[in-house]
Amino acid sequence: MYIRRWFKKRWIVVIIGLAIADILVSVWLGQQSYRWFPPQASAESMLIDDLFSIMTTIGSLIFFGVTGTLLYSMIFQRAPKYDTSDGPPIEGNLKLEVIWTVVPALVIVGIAFASYQTYDRMAVLGTIGPKAMGMQSANAAPVEAPVAAPAAANDPIEVHARQWAWEFYYPQQQVSSTELHLPIDQRALLRLSSEDVLHGFYVPAFRIKQDIIPGREIDFEFTPIREGRYRVRDSDYSGTYFAANQSFVVVESADDYQDWLTMAAAQSPTSAPNRAYEEFKRSRENPIGLGWDTVEPAAPPVVNYDNSDEEAYE
Amino acid sequence: MSNTLMEPPVQESLQPQPGAPDNWKRFFTFSTDHKVIGIQYIVTAFVFFLFAGLLAMIMRGELLTPESDLVDRTVYNGLFTMHGTLMLFLWTFPMLSGLANYLVPLQIGARDMAFPRLNAVAFWLVPVFGIILTVSFFVPGGPSQSGWWAYPPVSLQNPTGNLINGQFLWLVAVALSGVSSIMGAVNIVTTIIRMRAPGMGWFKMPVFCWTVLSAQLIQLFGLPALTAGAVMLLFDLTVGTSFFNPELGGDPVLYQHFFWFYSHPAVYVIILPIFGVFSEVFPVYARKPLFGYPVVAVSSLIITALGAVVWVHHMFASGTPGWMRMLFMFSTMTISVPTGIKVFAWVATVWGGKIRLNTPMLFALGGLIMWVFAGITGITLGSVPFDIHVNNTYYVVGHFHYVVYGAVVMGFYAAIYHWFPKMTGRMYYEGLGQLHFVLTFIGANLNFFPMHPVGLMGMPRRVASYDPEFAFWNVLASMGAFLLGVSTLPFLLNVLSSWARGPKAGDNPWRAIGLEWMVSSPPPHENFDEIPVVVSAPYGYGGDEPLVASEPEKELVGEYS
Repeated sequence: MYIRRWFKKRWIVVIIGLAIADILVSVWLGQQSYRWFPPQASAESMLIDDLFSIMTTIGSLIFFGVTGTLLYSMIFQRAPKYDTSDGPPIEGNLKLEVIWTVVPALVIVGIAFASYQTYDRMAVLGTIGPKAMGMQSANAAPVEAPVAAPAAANDPIEVHARQWAWEFYYPQQQVSSTELHLPIDQRALLRLSSEDVLHGFYVPAFRIKQDIIPGREIDFEFTPIREGRYRVRDSDYSGTYFAANQSFVVVESADDYQDWLTMAAAQSPTSAPNRAYEEFKRSRENPIGLGWDTVEPAAPPVVNYDNSDEEAYE
Repeated sequence: MSNTLMEPPVQESLQPQPGAPDNWKRFFTFSTDHKVIGIQYIVTAFVFFLFAGLLAMIMRGELLTPESDLVDRTVYNGLFTMHGTLMLFLWTFPMLSGLANYLVPLQIGARDMAFPRLNAVAFWLVPVFGIILTVSFFVPGGPSQSGWWAYPPVSLQNPTGNLINGQFLWLVAVALSGVSSIMGAVNIVTTIIRMRAPGMGWFKMPVFCWTVLSAQLIQLFGLPALTAGAVMLLFDLTVGTSFFNPELGGDPVLYQHFFWFYSHPAVYVIILPIFGVFSEVFPVYARKPLFGYPVVAVSSLIITALGAVVWVHHMFASGTPGWMRMLFMFSTMTISVPTGIKVFAWVATVWGGKIRLNTPMLFALGGLIMWVFAGITGITLGSVPFDIHVNNTYYVVGHFHYVVYGAVVMGFYAAIYHWFPKMTGRMYYEGLGQLHFVLTFIGANLNFFPMHPVGLMGMPRRVASYDPEFAFWNVLASMGAFLLGVSTLPFLLNVLSSWARGPKAGDNPWRAIGLEWMVSSPPPHENFDEIPVVVSAPYGYGGDEPLVASEPEKELVGEYS
């Protein structure tokens, strides 16, 4: 009697101990998850990393809970070698089934609501600058631009994507560049357009991305909060030299930004180096064709400013 | 039951369809026997699995280094396009059609499929479009290089200017694949609804049949969208219509809707039968009934229904307005509830059982663990703000390879080892099977886990070259890919040698409960001399209720027929 009760208690202690271990590991992983990302260079990135941390914690809790239970069974509930008997004929348990329907449903609704709020805040955050065209959630909410957009104080920076180059155009200063420069802590307004196929504007350090659809102009905004030089990547497959279609975004202080604009405006446009175009030319020179036919890359963009230092970025 | 009365001689007079060759040659004929067709499907699919896997290994060879140096960029793009296309249209779909073809009539107590000729036609289309896709490697300009999703306008750019180009052949093959799958779906759905043995009500039907039914219903409502999208794209490409071409006023995002309206549910077409395999395997090797069988069965249909309303989650970063993103985020999240029900039910089935870790059980457990991981990363991907960061990165690639390799391929191996003795009458070699499992499990995790961190860091998918900071994880992933390549060797050695000269398996080596285990191994032509009368629910492990009725008159008829 005493031994049986002791066993029962020990059982409970073991279960509680394992559950606590599961929780501790999951919380720890949730904290670690911030380190799996590039630097937090935009206000949006902080929100997204927080959301991911929560999901990592919950996900780890479920993953280790389920796999731990399975592993326990695999190790301790094996049938002895010559045992041909069956296990207990348990066909179900209504209470348990209701629990594992309702609890996950609630967790899922919770995650969905947290995501909804995050998405909403991403659009509201960084109130500097007008909302583009009176859109409710201007961030990442693409709509075709009205025909006659009023030239506001902050005209969006035009992002031109093509096979395979990025060109950034500052309409007020009439500056073009292959590198995107943005002032820190100000809402950045971009207008994305493509000259040929689908592209994707993606800055991992900002955690933001938007497909660029040919035939549409898409307004896009976010707030850089950390000075530095970061990668701009083409995220939507755009053909042969897709992987080479990368650029940079430089976040700098307002003064530096103005200086850069003035400096760039003073430079006369020159042809910028372009990796896709150079690779294509080289492959043309190669007498033995090792690849298949490709769409010819557009000529390198002619811009006021270019900086193709491939090394210096975070 | 006559087959239990005469034991050894039965093994010699196996299988043959009257008039058809009684040897391997029957697999190269227009056979209408569902068992022959099932094996035709599975073997054909596995050949393409190895081919597409080889393409993947070349890709992983390219990705060993950041620079694009092993193959030309166009070749790399062709490789990942054909890898995805072959794996989906010539591996997963035919492989699951094969399993369904082989098992469904046996499990529901039918003599064959409802439309045996249609069945054979549906199969013989598979090698046809398989050859079309393979041939496209040799046309000028090479195979399609626009990815297995073939988004316009890239898929409409035709650098060779030829009418017959890789993209053209690709579209023809996909349309044919759609036709073949629709034929298969009509057949399987009809068979399950109309041809169950007497007494087999819906809640006496094995879960594998439930999941196959749910999956094939998706084919029926979803495939027309994909096939229509493919035909419109074909017109845009060849005769210059402008459904999707923005230069002529078409809408490329419309194509994405057509494509994902089918191709997301297609994931459930692939995974649902594997859920069925898990549901069949766990009870046998844990010696316990499937926990909550009716709920597990019905949740397949719920997944079918929900699967129809989640496709936009592939387009969270595309040309979709905010309200649409939010709506589809909520619908996507709900689909994890019926899936979760199944996962917990399997864990509860295994829990407290008398577990035997034979190869099928190892693969099913390994597949379940990888599926749980895939499900969790899937929920994170359903969250729009996070998806905006990882959309089109390697995080997505890691996620869906945990689904299609971790769960589907592992589940397929579980099924093959589990039903191998039934299909061939021979037993495989357990040691080689376990070696295969260990290599596969390590290889799959080594290959696909590193894709998650590298995706979080911001490495886009589909790239032939990448920035040096991603090199570490990519080298690991490539090692895993090569290990996966090696892991197929013990499998091939095992099945080929045991099929030829393995030990005889007997009718029911696993002491499993199910109609397919009550006939000889391999089952005779038309399966059942006498259609059984089912009297109890499946998975009666630990109980002593018989599965089928044994009325005296049936015994009598059985003796003299």
